[in-house]
Amino acid sequence: MRILPSLYTRRRITNAVGLSISVLAMLFGLFWLCWILLTLLVHGLPSLTPAVFTQMTPPPGNAGGLLNAIAGSVLMTVFGILIGTPIGILAGTYLAEFGQRGWMAPVTRFINDVLLSAPSIVIGLFVYEVYVIRVKHFSGWAGAFALAILVIPVVIRTTENMLKLVPSTLREAAAALGAPQWKVINFITLRAARAGIITGVLLAVARISGETAPLLFTALNNQFWSKDLNQPMANLPVVIFQFAMSPYDDWQNLAWAGALLITASVLTLNIVARVLFRQSATTH
Amino acid sequence: MNMDIEVVVNPKIVIKDLNFYYGKFRALKDINLSIAEKMVTAFIGPSGCGKSTLLRTFNRMYQLYPKQKATGEIMLDGANILDSKQDLNMLRAKIGMVFQKPTPFPMSIYDNIAFGVKLYENLSRHDMEVRVEWALRKAALWTEVKDKLKQSGTGLSGGQQQRLCIARAIAVKPEILLLDEPTSALDPISTAHIEKLVDELKEDFTIVIVTHNMQQAARISDYTAYMYMGDLIELGETSNVFTNPKRKETEDYITGRFG
Repeated sequence: MRILPSLYTRRRITNAVGLSISVLAMLFGLFWLCWILLTLLVHGLPSLTPAVFTQMTPPPGNAGGLLNAIAGSVLMTVFGILIGTPIGILAGTYLAEFGQRGWMAPVTRFINDVLLSAPSIVIGLFVYEVYVIRVKHFSGWAGAFALAILVIPVVIRTTENMLKLVPSTLREAAAALGAPQWKVINFITLRAARAGIITGVLLAVARISGETAPLLFTALNNQFWSKDLNQPMANLPVVIFQFAMSPYDDWQNLAWAGALLITASVLTLNIVARVLFRQSATTH
Repeated sequence: MNMDIEVVVNPKIVIKDLNFYYGKFRALKDINLSIAEKMVTAFIGPSGCGKSTLLRTFNRMYQLYPKQKATGEIMLDGANILDSKQDLNMLRAKIGMVFQKPTPFPMSIYDNIAFGVKLYENLSRHDMEVRVEWALRKAALWTEVKDKLKQSGTGLSGGQQQRLCIARAIAVKPEILLLDEPTSALDPISTAHIEKLVDELKEDFTIVIVTHNMQQAARISDYTAYMYMGDLIELGETSNVFTNPKRKETEDYITGRFG
């Protein structure tokens, strides 16, 4: 074989140019992310005192923490996930396992895509309109409902995708033994896709734990300790919003601490989700 | 299409005028053929000739997919498999299947075997243990896995996984075993294991095997069917088909002049 020198040189140059552009783009993206994380650490770490986890949100000028906001966020996230996950998994299973025939599945898939990209403030306004106005007060339940509506499309999408990754030969093998479809789905395909579906739920937790807009219209805020989901409920995103916009230094410092907390927990969730998914990928 | 079909003594399955469609595409054309009881019948032919399609009509696997349909008759014990009144689960209890790629379920080795048995029988814990051991011994896997029955089936090697799938299929005690290119994803040693196994299993089961490997068909089958483009060209005793094919197409294929 004869190698044409000019052709070879040109290929090497094209390769070098392409590689440099990709690396630059990566560095550009990474730069802002690192800057954000660094700023958060610089401002957030000094404010992250034990009081943050033990005291309630204070009036301006007083010492305090974020305990009620942390508890409220955890509570509403947990209920949002508990309400949204079963619906999402069932609907995703329908789309992946029964969605070959008819018009129901394509329509559902389309609506789900719309819901997935809907601005979360719209979801907040929706729950405000249909629930908050009816019961005439803001409440933790309204917040949990709004978060559940955000969870559903994420879980539907990941469940469907993960089930579609299960090789059809596995379904055929179970069907060839004479297993009825509900057994094939329950014991074989959902089990094979388990790690991927759990990953999807974790990502949904990460998604909703930083949402502010839907909570602003539903749970609002609460200065005091409350575990009654029928009352307005404190939560980290709204507290950060309120405190960061305030003119008081101590409130602003607490907002930084809250922002750092949310970022750290979302980052941890993402890493856990990735590790889980990678483990499942290697065992198959 | 004229065909050369030897009369099979003691047939287990008799196929009459079978046609198969993927949407509008006719993949099998007026197939007539018999499968001998407790013998090994091999389907050979070039890719896309319809041999796997034919195999998948025996347990109506195609019914998982909306656009596939079969017409004609496949008689098994006096009843037509293709009849819409045929209970699919009972049919598949009688006809086990092993696929090209090993398909261990995402559960323990023990549960892989017990899964199918539990669909049809309510065995005590002890009886189930006996059945699992029986199936694993039949599939020549027992000595390799007896100490790790609780471990995941997906952790075994490819050859072991395929024998696990065979054990799973025979644990249900079917009458017929369908093997769809069972060794094409395996190394020569695992292949030899499985071929030896097929030879032993035909004492108890009627076996139909699809294979790309003609030497394999010659080694392990009693009857061989050669298919081409959806037609059955020739069916006969394996020794006759390979040494003295009646049809020129068959001869061209097995001598490597074509395909």
